[in-house]
Amino acid sequence: MTKIKKGTSYFYLGLVFLFLYAPILVLIVLSFNDSMSRTVWGGFTLKWYMNLTSNDNIMGALGTTIRITLTSSILATVLGTSAAIGIHYMKKRHAAIMLGATNIPLLNADIVTGISLMLLFTRFTPLGEFSVVLAHIAFSVPYVIFNVLPRLQSLSEACFEAAMDLGATPSYAFYKVVWPEIFPGVLSGFLMALTMSLDDFTITYFTKGAGVNTLSTMLYTQLRKGIQPELYALSTILFLLAFILLLVMNFKKNVRKEAVK
Amino acid sequence: MKNRFISLLSIFVLCATPVLSFTGCGSDAEATDTLVVLNYGKYIEADVLKRFQKETGIKVKYEEYESVEDMYAKYKAGSINYDVICTSDYMIETMRQEGELIPIDYNSLPNYANIDQDIIDASAAFDPTHKYTVPYFYGTVGILYNTKMVDEDTVSSWDCLWNPEYKNRTVMINSQRDAFMVAQKKLGYDINTTDKKELDDTFNLLCDEKKYVYAYLQDETYECMISEDAAMAVCYSGEAAMGMEYNEDLDYIVPNEGGNLWIDSWFVPRTCKHYDAAMKWIDFMCEEEAATENFEYVWYATPNTKVAQHEDEETLADETVFPTKETLSRCKLYEAYDKDTLDYTTTLWKKLKAY
Repeated sequence: MTKIKKGTSYFYLGLVFLFLYAPILVLIVLSFNDSMSRTVWGGFTLKWYMNLTSNDNIMGALGTTIRITLTSSILATVLGTSAAIGIHYMKKRHAAIMLGATNIPLLNADIVTGISLMLLFTRFTPLGEFSVVLAHIAFSVPYVIFNVLPRLQSLSEACFEAAMDLGATPSYAFYKVVWPEIFPGVLSGFLMALTMSLDDFTITYFTKGAGVNTLSTMLYTQLRKGIQPELYALSTILFLLAFILLLVMNFKKNVRKEAVK
Repeated sequence: MKNRFISLLSIFVLCATPVLSFTGCGSDAEATDTLVVLNYGKYIEADVLKRFQKETGIKVKYEEYESVEDMYAKYKAGSINYDVICTSDYMIETMRQEGELIPIDYNSLPNYANIDQDIIDASAAFDPTHKYTVPYFYGTVGILYNTKMVDEDTVSSWDCLWNPEYKNRTVMINSQRDAFMVAQKKLGYDINTTDKKELDDTFNLLCDEKKYVYAYLQDETYECMISEDAAMAVCYSGEAAMGMEYNEDLDYIVPNEGGNLWIDSWFVPRTCKHYDAAMKWIDFMCEEEAATENFEYVWYATPNTKVAQHEDEETLADETVFPTKETLSRCKLYEAYDKDTLDYTTTLWKKLKAY
């Protein structure tokens, strides 16, 4: 009886993984396909990987993506962390209003955010890479706030006050007592802002200027005449990087646990 | 209180500085040598774009779009001032009627002489006084078929799409105007008819065809034909040429009744801020070397008569890429529908897809 149960549960698990990873597997296989077509197997090749670095189009988009993502997520983390600290020490009613306001961009449909930001930006500045960075900061800040706030709430007020009593200046007390406690929250907020910015298509599409392309907006314009296979290669590399990063992080955690034991 | 005011002020200044300095730089650069170009995705050879910037010293902001409707939305959003745009015939006509086009100064285009007079004449369908456009690429709508499954005689008439023998082995084009064209050609009607009864007949004939259709596709058509999932497909010549590159058994034909000729052209919209640079761009696109490079990348028929000198005989003999004069004489351009007809045909198309 239990054997059957176990069998079915493994089968179910297998199905889930199949649906999750089959598309990525297809992509990886296609990145080695020596033919531009998606349906014909033309033999094994590494040429798309070789071509990748010499393709200005893709390299340009990759550079823009990295620039925009890093700038916007770092700035959003700084802004979001300070905002979270501010909100934490506000009066209850004010904090509730601020939190409500923070929730709005999260719940808002991307397309609404995108169009409204575009309308706002065109009033003051020509659209370009800079406007995209501003837009990305705008939608990333709430993620940082919501990652940092719980950390602050679990922080004991007494520690900070004790440090002050013992002669620390407020900023010294902050870096020695508060910062180490909230750091994991800041980090996860930063990583979330990073992924959100990397992922975004809709808002970028509306707020970007002519000639500015991130990976996602470049892909979109290629749909009509078929996607360049170099992009399969790039996606494969990106997937593997994320995968390795995940493995390393889990491995480190396990090592630390062992050490504690 | 004072303290708070100062800190608020400093934050404001800090935030404002990059914005101000940025707009400053932006508009300076904009005033001199930049050009904002809007074109279909993957519709230019990257080297041509690079060479233009090097030779003229003009910095190009090159923007791409996916479909004609996409282009129109982008343009209408008004967030970017485009200087020069390339798009398809019927959309140019719509925009011309809206008064969005600025006349081109043909005297400043020495390379314009390279453009085939026949294609310029055909452009009259969307640019009757020939003031606004310069052709970039063109092509036809016809049938891509697998020579192992269908013989040429069968596909030389649009009737083959109603042949029960090929039930569930034909791919129909997933575009309202092109699908209507096919049925109208079979019925012997004009492809620009606005007569309600004729449109109803067209609709009924297409409903009748639906039982033989394997799928309605547009972009994936050539994939479907390469993998031999279907015996024949209604598609654009560019699509067909791509398919024939991968499967030697495929061939393309424009049936005897004729079909549609489409032309993608450059034009200057009202938002243009750099007219002289736009003229240089259009002229560069007509240049012999640039046109050859573009042709070898895009692989659609080029209206540039000088390109032929650079191609080998096999390419020139390829009627898919270079339609013969005889084929072109059988083909006609679409004229933009008036609002009523557009609504009516859209309803019919939706009914057909739901039928």
